[in-house]
Amino acid sequence: MRELSLHILDVIENSLAAGATLIHISIVDDADQNMLGITIKDNGKGIEKSSIKKVLDPFFTTRTTRRIGLGLSLFRDAAERCGGRFSITSKKNEGTEIVATFERDHIDRAPLGDSAGTLLSLVVGNPFVDFTYTHEIAGSSFFLDTRQIKKELEGVPVSHPDVVKWLGDTIRQGLVTLTDTNG
Amino acid sequence: MAKLTIEDLKKIRENARKATSLRSGEVTVKITVHMGTCGIAAGARECMNALLEELAQTDRQDIRIMNAGCMGMCSSEPNVTVELEGQPPVIYQHMDGNKTRQVFKRHVLKGEVQTDFALARIKET
Repeated sequence: MRELSLHILDVIENSLAAGATLIHISIVDDADQNMLGITIKDNGKGIEKSSIKKVLDPFFTTRTTRRIGLGLSLFRDAAERCGGRFSITSKKNEGTEIVATFERDHIDRAPLGDSAGTLLSLVVGNPFVDFTYTHEIAGSSFFLDTRQIKKELEGVPVSHPDVVKWLGDTIRQGLVTLTDTNG
Repeated sequence: MAKLTIEDLKKIRENARKATSLRSGEVTVKITVHMGTCGIAAGARECMNALLEELAQTDRQDIRIMNAGCMGMCSSEPNVTVELEGQPPVIYQHMDGNKTRQVFKRHVLKGEVQTDFALARIKET
């Protein structure tokens, strides 16, 4: 994928297919440690112990439309190609956690890209799922929790045009502020 | 630009309550952006973002935009399916941000199917 935020979107589609209702996204951008870390944790149905090694095989998939499942193997390859690591931990009926780290200055490390676009797509496209998003750069962070937002909305759907606009502006503004002051 | 806060959500909530007529949140348009690995790699997120921007400029509360997985037609991704109430769903192929905006403005808002971009119309069985 051209951007790491597209891998995030892709992995979360897996979480959603697993029936997750709460998904945590965490991005740590640490120039001092030369590390970029991405963690995605969901409360979906989890992966069977016997399948955990198989999920990284592009010819293994639990879906029925195709016989290929590329997402995790591509993400793992991206991390390892950049001197990083990739891990999957999962417990049946509790959830799955994916952690990918990258050497931040590695020449092959794709940019994080439009993570605001990724987050907005996920939040509005999946109104019955909650997300938390934490993005840290050099000690500052941007945090969003859709549970807080939905609590304030008291039933107004996230797909309401005014809410879509608010979400888009809030997320983009928050991330611009974060990257401008710490970029 | 003034900093957006949670306070703005309260205003949105109040306005939405006042504006809501007796409509009970029914959905008359369903737009599905296919987000399998194939779709994402081909640019589905840009289609989704274009839809969200267009939606934010309307006052339509009856339009639902959803994500779905791969439907198996990977070489025609990004695919966007538009289903207007009472009409057969139309699957659009090779979409990008601009084409998506056109489909939103003409098909979703005006009911004019954009046949140039269409892959198929799903027949009711």
